[in-house]
Amino acid sequence: MSGARAMIREITVLPGTTKDGRPEPFQRLDLRVGEIASVVGPTGSGKTALITDIELLAQRDTATGRQVLIDGEPPPDDFRYDPASRPVAMITQNTKCFTDLAVEDFLAVHARARRLSRSGLVAETIALANRFTGEKITPEARITTLSGGQTRSLMIADALTISAAPIVLLDEIENAGIFKQDVLETIRATGKIIIFVTHDPVIAILAQKRVVLANGGVVKILAWDDREQPAAQALIALDNRLVEVRERLRAGETLCDVTI
Amino acid sequence: MRLVVVAGPPSAGKTALIKQIIRSFHQRRRVAFLKIDVVRAFEDTELRREFGILTAKIYSGDLCPDHAGVMVLGDAVEWANGASADLLIVESAGLCLRCAPYLNQGLGIVVLSSISGIHTPVKMGAMISLADIAVVTKIDLVGQAEREVFLQKIREAYPRVRVFETNALQGTSLQRLYDLIAASEEIDPGRLLLRGVPPLGTCTICVGKKEIGWQHHFGVVRKLEGEAADYLFRGE
Repeated sequence: MSGARAMIREITVLPGTTKDGRPEPFQRLDLRVGEIASVVGPTGSGKTALITDIELLAQRDTATGRQVLIDGEPPPDDFRYDPASRPVAMITQNTKCFTDLAVEDFLAVHARARRLSRSGLVAETIALANRFTGEKITPEARITTLSGGQTRSLMIADALTISAAPIVLLDEIENAGIFKQDVLETIRATGKIIIFVTHDPVIAILAQKRVVLANGGVVKILAWDDREQPAAQALIALDNRLVEVRERLRAGETLCDVTI
Repeated sequence: MRLVVVAGPPSAGKTALIKQIIRSFHQRRRVAFLKIDVVRAFEDTELRREFGILTAKIYSGDLCPDHAGVMVLGDAVEWANGASADLLIVESAGLCLRCAPYLNQGLGIVVLSSISGIHTPVKMGAMISLADIAVVTKIDLVGQAEREVFLQKIREAYPRVRVFETNALQGTSLQRLYDLIAASEEIDPGRLLLRGVPPLGTCTICVGKKEIGWQHHFGVVRKLEGEAADYLFRGE
């Protein structure tokens, strides 16, 4: 990782306008290293647009008019235009890839784009991806033939090893048939700035900051509140229960003996 | 007057990009737009209606559109200059990808879609290699890693070309492109030349023949087998 990327301490989002062209009702959104934020709101409220602004390090030149600062300053041009210096890795909802390359070639080209030459990086990335999915990914598989879950797993692993950026954006990772808890654990251990766009109650509530969107604008920024702790515990228990039942259904079992 | 020539395959997003450029310039600069297409084009009326700028179009019909472009560019520069335009934007039809319509002055921009296939950049040749700037569009349709792989493929094949990425429908991240256009040098209309020689000076099929087989054609022909030196057929 380059020195410039490693030294980022904080990002700031300054308001733009809502879908009606009105100023967004928030002052600023600050996220520090090690902080996890969730972005919530109904479909079409502008969640993806918000993290896209962060990914592109918008300088009032996107549809929302927002500006993103790094350590309180507009980012240098390299951060925006040179993939090797880009401090952001984003995992989109997209699970379709058009690149007609083998997995190992794809990762090798991406490593070159990020100016990394460490040997073993490609194998490491594939091994990490295989921890997130039950369907094994082989180095020779064509990217275009991977399933949705495999693609998602590979892209998350790629974001953590090859992009290795201090800011990671994840857009609805919960709905792609991957091992959510493993992904969460791996990501939390990295000490990065993590932003989840999510409809998942567990991911939403566990974040230190909850950013609420409506009609294209940020309407609330909620900090973690200890009084929500009991609710968070209950949601985790409920979620574990659901995972268990889901796995049984996926395995073709009947649920005649289950009381929910 | 400044000049921007935009090329790229059909449906890559050339017009969407041009709209963003016009949107950024039309209030402070007088913009003229020329569209070169083959059979039908609507951009001239669309852009005139949307921005109130000067527009023109030409249909190449039976002629190769890049050839038609070369024929009319002199007139187009005169037309835009005569109308006191500050910025002339030329959009080519971009079909066979062999020619580069860029001139020795002004900026040449090639537009590529990020979903166009990983080998497209190396297949396109002069249309990219002679451009100043490559703009990769439709980035909202692919993931970041995939975009970076696509950009890297362009950078590796054409290290001299500056690469930008955008969602052209929304015009994201284009400020630096606008800055480059604004900072480009004014053209000297008397000294305009193509940047590269078109690959074929004469195409016998283009001028009304339907026959296949090299025996029916003259000028620069090619046989299925044979080295480059055998290309030139000078008659029996």
